[in-house]
Order: sequence, then structure tokens, then C-alpha cells
Amino acid sequence: MRNFLAYTVNGLVLGSTYALTAIGYSMVYGILELVNFTHSTIYMVGAYLFYILAVLCHIPMLLAFPLSVILTGILGAVNERITIRPLRAKNRPKFAMLICTIGTSIVLQNLFFLLMGSETKQYPTIAENKAIMVLGFNVTIVQIVIVVTTVLLLIAFTLFINRTKMGMAMRACAQDTEATELMGVSVDYVVSLTFFIGSALAAVAGVMGCMSYRSVDCSIGAAIGTKTFASTVLGGIGVFTGGVLGGLIIGLTEVYTAAYIGSNYRNITAFVILILVLFIKPTGLLGKKVLKKV
Amino acid sequence: MRQKKYVTIILTLLLMILLYSIPVLISSQYVLRICVYVCIYSILACSLNLIAGVCGQISMGHAAFYGIGAYGSALVCINYGIPWVLCVLIAALLSGMVGMFIGIPALKLSGGYLVICTVGFGELVRLILLNWVSLTRGPMGIVNIPRPVIFNTKIKTGGQYYIVALTLFVIIYIILHNILNSKFGRNLKAIKEDEIAAETMGIRVHREKVIAFAVSAAMAGAAGAMLAHYMLFISPTIFVGDFSTTILSMVVLGGMGSMPGSVIAATLLTVIPEALRGLDKYRMLIYGLLLICMMLGKNVSWESTIPGRKLASMKTAVLTKHIKNRKGVK
Repeated sequence: MRNFLAYTVNGLVLGSTYALTAIGYSMVYGILELVNFTHSTIYMVGAYLFYILAVLCHIPMLLAFPLSVILTGILGAVNERITIRPLRAKNRPKFAMLICTIGTSIVLQNLFFLLMGSETKQYPTIAENKAIMVLGFNVTIVQIVIVVTTVLLLIAFTLFINRTKMGMAMRACAQDTEATELMGVSVDYVVSLTFFIGSALAAVAGVMGCMSYRSVDCSIGAAIGTKTFASTVLGGIGVFTGGVLGGLIIGLTEVYTAAYIGSNYRNITAFVILILVLFIKPTGLLGKKVLKKV
Repeated sequence: MRQKKYVTIILTLLLMILLYSIPVLISSQYVLRICVYVCIYSILACSLNLIAGVCGQISMGHAAFYGIGAYGSALVCINYGIPWVLCVLIAALLSGMVGMFIGIPALKLSGGYLVICTVGFGELVRLILLNWVSLTRGPMGIVNIPRPVIFNTKIKTGGQYYIVALTLFVIIYIILHNILNSKFGRNLKAIKEDEIAAETMGIRVHREKVIAFAVSAAMAGAAGAMLAHYMLFISPTIFVGDFSTTILSMVVLGGMGSMPGSVIAATLLTVIPEALRGLDKYRMLIYGLLLICMMLGKNVSWESTIPGRKLASMKTAVLTKHIKNRKGVK
């Protein structure tokens, strides 16, 4: 039972990072109906930027963290400006954008590969190995920080989406881009902002994920990419609360599988869940059924 | 009109003679090796083109079928000593069957969902190949795959392999060419243009999609069988998701639905990375930039560079625009 609780905490921590990353996928799909393959690489870039700022430039962590998050967000928005917007303006088919995001992902990943080398690096962390006892098992400070930050960010994000004018514009874009444009909302701006927020949240997830694993290398993006993908689909793509729920479920199942079935299978579970969901209920747990109009 | 047909036939024959005489003209093993890969990748690109280009169902798990074919053929050949030609058929059949079973539920999805589903499927197959150690030897891969024996001659040299690969490619190309000009092919094109309209015309959309998916998977399986008996060693690292992306970018570069385009693009995307081998470190970086430029560039497909096709594609564009305007949908 104690083990089970410990696994649950690990699963929640893992799930939190998935959830934060999933929001980016979900928002972009909601507005553009595009599977953004660059997003998982952005996760890696965010983690590395923090590493560069904190370890190589000796900037204090409390300053380096927001700086790296904002930089990653800007990178996401710039990426959208350069690669996605021209294609959208020309009304190119979706697959052109899709391949474009894959291309960007390859470029970013190899850029960091060249700059930082292929070896795994030790990642800075807060409160070295300090842990507190909760209900008879150890919880590290980092784990608590991760879960608390995630919850706070999710609350802030929900308020932003539901209470602000910009959030309303985003929801409107997700429903009908053209009608929103006609209502005087700059869709280009909304899309840029979507990429900014998604990338920033992915950077937060990247930094925190690497802090809990205490290591970083160039392939972490690829490793997390398909899993967050799976969580987005599980929760209902385009519905961000669904992405969060899916992230937590995938994180928990992954840890339970590793613990009770075997660690070889931990990477398979996410895909099995993904394929099952797509076959049984493609709209996901919280997704609404989309009617095709003729 | 008839004259034009004769010219096409003569040109095709000349091209075939030229292609088959490459081993006589070139003795460099390195060049022949690239030629074999061009053949294999052309098969892959053309087969993916059938489902992604002609039928409009983007699949990003093509490397999985390639892998299933390669492993299937290698295992059958090693364990039961079946002749190579039969192995290719078995590999194609196996891949086709898997394609059908995956396709039946997966092709009910469309657009982004299908992409995600096929990515997931590709990753699943790779992980199974990696973890089912008792059958596939996991990350160690399968070694000592027998060389193909055809008409009592053992295929050994690069030139012989090239002839075999080219023949396989030509057979598959002819099959695809005939499919495109058949009723089935026209059905697929109709599905790509407008699924609902196709359904109202009495085309059984889902059934046709699944058949196209299975045929496409079977051809990728045959390409895998060719690869396994050429490399003589296969491991799960060959069949990663990135490779599916490469095949898809070949299809997109060549023009969705254009078989000659796919072949040209497959050739380019095989030769260019080889030419960049000197810049080994920057190879993938340049490749990524190439992908982005390709998509952002004006002429995405080769089709628009061929004058006759250009007119046809313009006509279609005007027509679709007209229809969409009438519907009031952008």
C-alpha cells in the first residue's frame, strides 16, 4: 500500500509535466487543426535554455527560470510567424504545415545537438535531494514544487481562457476562425499568442521534468512527444482540460505499468492507450462530437 | 494521339534499357549501392503515395509496414528456408494483412486523428520489434540473413542486387500505374476530392480506403523484404518514426498523387543526403531546412512544372474553388 502511494505520487509528478505539455498540442489543434510536431522539441529547447542560462551563464535559478520560459515562448511564436503563417496565408493544405513542423523539429533538434553535444548532462535542481515524510513515505521537495507549480499554472490558464477577452478570442477561434476574423479579432495575433503560451508551458514542463530526472539530453523531446500526444487525444483534442486529465492518466498508468508489469512495457502503454482511445472514442474523454456539415 | 502514344512507349523502353544497363556502365559499388536504395525508397514512396497522395489519407506509420515486411521475410527465410521470391510474397501478404487489420478501425478516423493514430501504430510496432526478444532478438537485430537465390543464381554483387531491386520496383510501379487507371483508382481520387460526394455517388468509401491501405502496406512489406536480404542485417533502429517522415516528405515533394514525381523525389532525397555525407554533422540540419523550404516554396509539386498537367491542375483548382464558393465554405 505504501508502495502504491509512492507510485501514485511519482505518476502525478510525471503526469503534471505531460499535462503542461499537452495544453500546447491541444490549443494548436483546437485552432488550426494541426498536429504540431515541433512542440515536443520545444519542450527540449526549454529545458536546455534553462541549463544554458543557469549552469553555463551562472544566472541565479529564480531569474533563469522565467527568462528561459519567456525565451522559449518567443521562439514558439517566431517559429509560427516564419513557418506556419505564410502557409496559412496561402491556404495550403494541412499536410504542408504538418511537414513544415516536422522540418522545424528536425532543425531545432540538430541545432541543439551540434551546440550542446550528444552526451547526457547533469541538470541543476532545487533543494538537493531534500525530502519530507508524508504519510510514511518520502516526497522530495522538487516533486512538491512540480505539482504545486502545475496546479497554479493550470488555475491561471483556466482563468485566462474563461475570464479575459483574449481567452474569449481564443475560444472563438477554436469554434470558427472565419467568423472570429469577421468579428474584428486578429486571428494571426491569436494564433501567435497560442503558440507563445503553449511553448512557454512546454518550457515549464521541460525544466521541471529535467529537474526531477536530474539529467538532460537532446532526445528528451522525442521521448515525451508521443506520450503527450497520447494524453491530448485521450482527454479530447482541442479541449485543454481534457489534455490535463489525459496527461495525469497517462503519467499514472506509465508508472503503474513500470512498477507492476515491467519497465520494458512502460513506453508501450501510452501507445496502446492512444490506439484504443482512437478506436473506441476518437473524440476523447471530454471531447465533443463534431458534426460534419454538407 | 496515336503518335503520341508511340513516342511514350519508345521513351519508356529507352528509359528501361538505360536503367537496366546501369550495372554495365558503372562499376563503382558505392554508386550501385545508392541505386539499390533508390529503388527500395521509390517503392516505399510510390506505395505511400497510393494512400496519402491519391486517396488523401495521410499515414505516418509507413516505416512500420516496411519493418514488418523485413522482419517477416528474414524470419521466414531463416527458420523455414523458403526461396526468396516466396519470402517477398509472404512479407507482402503479412504486411498487407496487418495493414488491413489496422486500417479497418483506423481509417474511420480522418485528418489529424489518422496521423496521430498511424504515428502511434508505427511506434508500437517498433517497440514490439525491440521488446519481443525471443522472436526478433530485440535490439541486437537479425544477422546472417540468406542472400536471395533466383533461377539457381545466388545474388551477390551490387549489380545483380540492383537488377533484382529494379525489377521489383518496375513490377510494383506497373501495378500502381494500372490501379490508378482502373475504376478502383478513380474511386480513390474521388474520395480525396470529396468524401461525402463520393459516398453519394455509390462508392463504398471505407472499404476502398481499407483496400488501398492494405495494398500500400503490402508494397512497403515487399520493399522491406528486399532491404532485409540486401543488408543481410536488420535491427529496429532502421524502422523508426523519422523514416516514415522521410517517406512522406518524398511523397509531398514529388506531388501528392503523382507516381513519377514520387520516384524523382525519392531519388533526390536519397542522393542529396549522400552528397552531403562530407558535411556529416550538418546533414540532418540541412535536411530539416530543405523540408521547410520545400513547404514554404511556391512550387510544392513537380506536377505544376509539367505544362500539360499544369493546365489540368489549374482547371481542377478553378473548379473546386467554384464549387466551394457556391457552398459558402472557404
